[in-house]
Amino acid sequence: MAHAAGAHAVHEAPTGFIRKYIFSLDHKVIGIQYYLLALVAVWVGMILSLYMRLRLAWPTEEFPLVGGVMTPEAYLSLVTMHGTIMVFFVLTTAPQSGFGNYILPIQIGAADMAFPFLNALSFWVTFLSFAVMLAAFFVSGGAPISGWTGYPPLSAVGEVAGPGLGLGQTLWVVSLAIFCGGALLGALNFIATTLDLRAKGMYLMRMPLTVWAWFITAILGLLAFGVLLAAGVLLLMDRVAGTSFFIPGGLVISEQIISHKGGSPLLWQHLFWFFGHPEVYIAILPGMGVVSQILSTFARKPIFGYRAMVYAIMGIGGLGFLVWGHHMFISGMSPYSAIAFSVLTLSIGVPSAIKTFNWLGTLIGGRIRFTTPMLYALGFVSLFVTGGLSGLFLGQPSLDLYLHDTYFVLAHFHMVMGVAAIFGIFAGTYFWFPKMFGRMMNEPLGKLHFWITFIGVYAIFMPMHYIGIAGHPRRYAETSGVEYLGSLQPVHDFISIVAIVTIAAQFIFLFNFFWSLYHGEKASVNPWECTTLEWTVPSPPPHDNFGGHSPVVYHGAYEYNVPGASQDYIMQTSPEKVTH
Amino acid sequence: MATIETGGTTTSVWGGGASPFAIPSKKLGMWLFIVSDALTFSALLIAYSYSRVASADWPLPFHFWPSIVVASVMTFCLLSSSVTMVMAVAAAKQGRVGATVNWLLATMLGGVAFIILHANEWRTLIGEGLRPFDNPWGSPLFGATFFTCTGLHMLHVTIGVIVLGVMAIGFKKGRYPADYVEISGLYWHFVDLVWMFIFPLIYLMSVPLEH
Repeated sequence: MAHAAGAHAVHEAPTGFIRKYIFSLDHKVIGIQYYLLALVAVWVGMILSLYMRLRLAWPTEEFPLVGGVMTPEAYLSLVTMHGTIMVFFVLTTAPQSGFGNYILPIQIGAADMAFPFLNALSFWVTFLSFAVMLAAFFVSGGAPISGWTGYPPLSAVGEVAGPGLGLGQTLWVVSLAIFCGGALLGALNFIATTLDLRAKGMYLMRMPLTVWAWFITAILGLLAFGVLLAAGVLLLMDRVAGTSFFIPGGLVISEQIISHKGGSPLLWQHLFWFFGHPEVYIAILPGMGVVSQILSTFARKPIFGYRAMVYAIMGIGGLGFLVWGHHMFISGMSPYSAIAFSVLTLSIGVPSAIKTFNWLGTLIGGRIRFTTPMLYALGFVSLFVTGGLSGLFLGQPSLDLYLHDTYFVLAHFHMVMGVAAIFGIFAGTYFWFPKMFGRMMNEPLGKLHFWITFIGVYAIFMPMHYIGIAGHPRRYAETSGVEYLGSLQPVHDFISIVAIVTIAAQFIFLFNFFWSLYHGEKASVNPWECTTLEWTVPSPPPHDNFGGHSPVVYHGAYEYNVPGASQDYIMQTSPEKVTH
Repeated sequence: MATIETGGTTTSVWGGGASPFAIPSKKLGMWLFIVSDALTFSALLIAYSYSRVASADWPLPFHFWPSIVVASVMTFCLLSSSVTMVMAVAAAKQGRVGATVNWLLATMLGGVAFIILHANEWRTLIGEGLRPFDNPWGSPLFGATFFTCTGLHMLHVTIGVIVLGVMAIGFKKGRYPADYVEISGLYWHFVDLVWMFIFPLIYLMSVPLEH
């Protein structure tokens, strides 16, 4: 073959500031750019949730920046933008595009991603998408109020249905369409890189589970975002070209007859959730990879059931495409379809349980080092199990008919794919910060941050199960006006106070992050005594990662505590013989 | 042993330069793009099918003449251009620059003929009152799905023609290897394949069945 696979990845080290740090082709710079984008986005999303909690606990108070007492519509726009920003620009961006970009090429022994230019392009497309999304706050009418799922007809009929459904909603759709473009470029790049650029000896079944998770996540992204793109185009056509894909005939909104006819809002739900369900695995799978890596490293034991872990990732990813209907149990679907979707949904519990028990199996008998990344990895397992168990309730149509659109659902997905994925991001941050920035993060501050956050998120989301079962619907700005909700108000007050404390604790993280950038203890090449390839190169690694040569891999990624070995871990690049 | 240095660039170390899955990254990238693009078209065609099945007044406005005949000629243009594309790839692999360029031009000609016939068809239909939001025959979604599916496909054909033009120039100047011709060929065949779904689903199934 005239063009060797690795040849694309080699490009000269840039010199000027702009080429080096802004429009860089280096996967490490792009990874950090993605990470910082997510860091900005997560603060925006978190401030939005703070305002939601303020409104819920003190509905008649005035708060700065919102102009007097917040209207219910303003609350809905907070709900919408919080969800959208968190799902797309944090949970999709940081674990996959951020850490994946930085770590994946190094862990497989490559000099860069397969397509460095497309890589930079995908970041800047995502950046543009974020700018367009934020612009929705500042246009006439403000941000949309149709939720992160953008259900039509509300999202399709325009301003007549409420503030923010004019230009704000259009910007929201355009932003998501742009995001799809960036996500597809990224996914394509990750897959090509993993298949083509592995170093000699890095067989598929020697890849770290992080690489497996990023690889499978990229496949999910490749298959899911194309469908969201199509749905977004159709919704945009409904909004600007007068079509009626998602708008049925005979609608009367705000005492106005809508002239559109012939469409079906359910079509959007099918297309959206065909994307939307894999999307939750796009958010959580990279976290699972990171957690597997960290648990094994700090338990000083090989990961329990490596192959089972790989197959479980594939199983979760594959099943993820067959269960979108469980978001639509109350849409009037045939009970027979509901049974099929329900059985498939509950069967995702099998690979999930395999992963959980393998994590526990990894921990049993280990000499556990309770570092901050390890605490966050353990927190991830705890949150994933807690959130996953409520999924078994929601996956059954008979229960979901009651629980749908209540706080129970909110509690479920925040636990299992929101906060758990965030814990995966925190674990990855504390774990790879030394490699990415050359300095250690502060451990006592990290542990303080962990304990407040861990207790905080449980105190926030456990009571939501309770008010959900009590029948509290989502998206209500206040409990007044509905008698049975009034008695639940003290729970809201409690959640809001805990949320304020937990959000305040995130300043500890922010301080630790930026303080450690400049004043942290210098990191050695391999501070955690981990076996994978990124710990064989300097911290931070040079421009082409391996200084112009390609490493050769002799072992799997989890050779800890091998009997008869010279030390308690064996690097993947160590030629030392291992007999199992 | 760890590396094979050739002229300053690090090539694959997979024993002799062949990549692990024997497919160069760029070709793999195009295949992956095709997979994602296929999902996008699938979603549109499913939206079309869903809307059609859910509508009581779906129109069947296409008659054998002129709609189906013209669409068949368009299909013929596209399929022929796939044949010439195969010839271009074969010529490129054999290093015959002139022949490659000529076959690429023939392929572009097929694409342009398709676009012209298609645009003319759109013009006629618009003249008969077909709009994305309305038509004289039945459910307004007929126009919505027709223009969306065929419009996105036409956009793909147009981009394809431009890409082939760039390929022809680049290959002639020796800037692009034969592989690139093959990669753009993959795209071109994919665009043809999409049409092979649109033609029966949107054209043949819109012919009234009486008589």
